[in-house]
Amino acid sequence: MTSLTLHKQITGWGRYPRALCHLYRPERVGGVIGTLQHAEPNGFLPRGLGRAYGDAALNSEGGIILMERIDRFLAFDESTGVVRCEAGVSLADIISTFLPRGWFLPVTPGTKFCTVGACVACDVHGKNHHHDGSIGNFVRSLTLLLPSGETVRCSREQNPELFYATIGGMGLTGITLEVELQLRRVDTGWMVVDYVRTRDLDETLRTFHERDEHYLYSVAWLDCVAQGRGFGRGVLMFGRHATVDNLPPARRQNPFTIPRKRDKSVPVDLPEFVLNPLSLKAFNGAYYATHPSREGVFVDYNTYFYPLDSILQWNRAYGKRGFVQWQCVLPYENGMENLTRILETAQRRHAYPFLSVLKRMGESSGGILSFPMPGYTIALDFPIRNGLFEVLNELDKIVIEAGGRLYLAKDARMSAETFHTTYPQLPRWQAVKTQVDPKGVLQSDLARRLRLMEVAK
Amino acid sequence: MRGVLIVGATSPLARYMAHEFARLGDTLFLAARDMDELQRVASDVQVRFGATVHTGRFDAAAVETHEAFWQEVLRVLGGLDGVVWVAGTMDGLEDAFREPQAVRRLIDVNFTGAASLLTLAACYFEERGKGFIAGVSSVAGDRGRAQNYPYGAAKGGLSLFLQGLRNRLSKRGVQVTTIKPGFIDTRMTWGRDKLPFLASPQRVAKESVQIILKGKDVAYVPAIWWLVMLVIRSIPEKVFKRMSI
Ligand SMILES: Cc1cc2nc3c(=O)[nH]c(=O)nc-3n(C[C@H](O)[C@H](O)[C@H](O)COP(=O)(O)OP(=O)(O)OC[C@H]3O[C@@H](n4cnc5c(N)ncnc54)[C@H](O)[C@@H]3O)c2cc1C
Repeated sequence: MTSLTLHKQITGWGRYPRALCHLYRPERVGGVIGTLQHAEPNGFLPRGLGRAYGDAALNSEGGIILMERIDRFLAFDESTGVVRCEAGVSLADIISTFLPRGWFLPVTPGTKFCTVGACVACDVHGKNHHHDGSIGNFVRSLTLLLPSGETVRCSREQNPELFYATIGGMGLTGITLEVELQLRRVDTGWMVVDYVRTRDLDETLRTFHERDEHYLYSVAWLDCVAQGRGFGRGVLMFGRHATVDNLPPARRQNPFTIPRKRDKSVPVDLPEFVLNPLSLKAFNGAYYATHPSREGVFVDYNTYFYPLDSILQWNRAYGKRGFVQWQCVLPYENGMENLTRILETAQRRHAYPFLSVLKRMGESSGGILSFPMPGYTIALDFPIRNGLFEVLNELDKIVIEAGGRLYLAKDARMSAETFHTTYPQLPRWQAVKTQVDPKGVLQSDLARRLRLMEVAK
Repeated sequence: MRGVLIVGATSPLARYMAHEFARLGDTLFLAARDMDELQRVASDVQVRFGATVHTGRFDAAAVETHEAFWQEVLRVLGGLDGVVWVAGTMDGLEDAFREPQAVRRLIDVNFTGAASLLTLAACYFEERGKGFIAGVSSVAGDRGRAQNYPYGAAKGGLSLFLQGLRNRLSKRGVQVTTIKPGFIDTRMTWGRDKLPFLASPQRVAKESVQIILKGKDVAYVPAIWWLVMLVIRSIPEKVFKRMSI
């Protein structure tokens, strides 16, 4: 079987950093195994649809195994909603296949153009984390291809350490070939959303705590440009799946049919001056102004979960240099103070994020390197500019002091020291890694940058 | 509800053609050599469309097994309405420029195997007086090129074979369709420099099934290849020989 590679420069979704990699794109499971026979001095890394922001899915001068063609559904139990599928199946494919039958994803990130295997590798969280935790909680079992060529199954009962090392393991413990996932029963393709506009950070957090428990989904958009009295103001969006009875009568016949949106696209990189502090202020102000508090608004699932997906290649809007998303989680204890410090520091240093999203997190899934822990998680999008990384290093310090950590699926620049300090379970993960991959066949730029296999000093 | 046999069902193109037929409610018999892969493709079609899907091992090059395979398909499906030949390979092309065994293998899989199985299909449909046969050939079969003529010759042979079958069977109410895809974005084209009019297997599959069900005789997919090949075929040999197309 010939298996050509493509020597090509690729990036994560943030388009920073860039990496020259050897891309393999197997079309059969046998082809994935065959790929590992090639000589690659920097080893191999599986990759889904490249929606991780930074260098998690990059492997400079090494092999990248594109999993997008390993995308078959293998079994589905209509009565329990458990689907078994190959790792390259996309979330969009799961929705379009099973939503018409009354099943939705149990957890979804803010894009559906990503693969289920990668979502497990990042142990992704959604707007229901405070309620349900991350996707790892809904994974029944995994089938992994180990660097030895051996295929193993793991679950909470079978090879549990490997299971927990793989959930959130960033593709470094084995190539996930199959995932068995519990889907969620829903009655319609619609959401009922309550919007609450808040005046400042205190009200934002208070509203969260008061109302969160009553909703499956919650998230807040924050105006990170507003200073003074409006500091930390935002728009909270509480949502739940609509029942058939909730729908307007005209929609009850076809509760899973939602309007198709025309895709827009960002054709070119926008020049840097477009995203200056002034335009950001204007944008944030306008967003705030146009989102008053309203209860019981009907929106389709695409609008609620995937607002950005209808703008193809929106990542180009940040300009040629790309952007980073800085996402941390901070424990609830002193959460208000720490959040304030972070937002104030960013403002003081004139690092205005284009987008800022705040959420509450619940219990961890048990994934050893999983990001979520109980607390606030805030995600800030920054176009790359001179001096930005120094500011972010300052923010990192606040996170370290607060006992929080940064999300690997978004990270492109934290230091190995920061990582080692904030992921205390690393030695436990390293023990599994050493066992299944003693020669270090599975590697990534992220793993090398964070010195994932080194013992902390 | 039709019964349709798809041969070479583990290729991306065949897989998505199976999707298109299953979407229409057809019962499928999928055949290929790699049984593990075949089972995955079959499960996928079942899960997505709730279709009834049967599978069987088929080796295009093992002509002596074709009769038994054909009988098995008829037995399992209890009759057949259409056959789609998608099996084909470019594997071993490099060797085929020098080694007799390799060139023979390439021609066996791409041409001899097709001719063998489709002969059985032709007789069956001829007798029933209805049904369809569709063969996926290639634009590579339209003109011999230095870079891939062993493959192109086999596909050219397949195109001619289908043409003849069409002539023979059209009088008996049986439709024979020749599909000539251009470059499809699969393993065969991966890693090569930017190829013109590269089309996704999904798109080629969708258009191909539409073409088959409309009962067309010959079609290039995507249609632009009709024009491309018109030009390429019209270049005089004297000139063509000096070009590196
Ligand atoms: C607009 C947007 C919104 C987002 N919102 C959220 C969010 O709300 N919550 C959240 O948690 N994340 C979010 N993300 C991040 C994204 O969901 C995850 O990074 C997701 O894993 C990307 O999937 P992918 O298929 O593109 O993977 P890639 O980016 O290609 O890969 C991501 C990681 O998965 C590994 N991987 C891929 N396939 C396999 C496999 N088969 N076996 C083992 N490892 C594998 C890779 O090695 C890499 O480490 C968002 C991203 C975008 C672009």
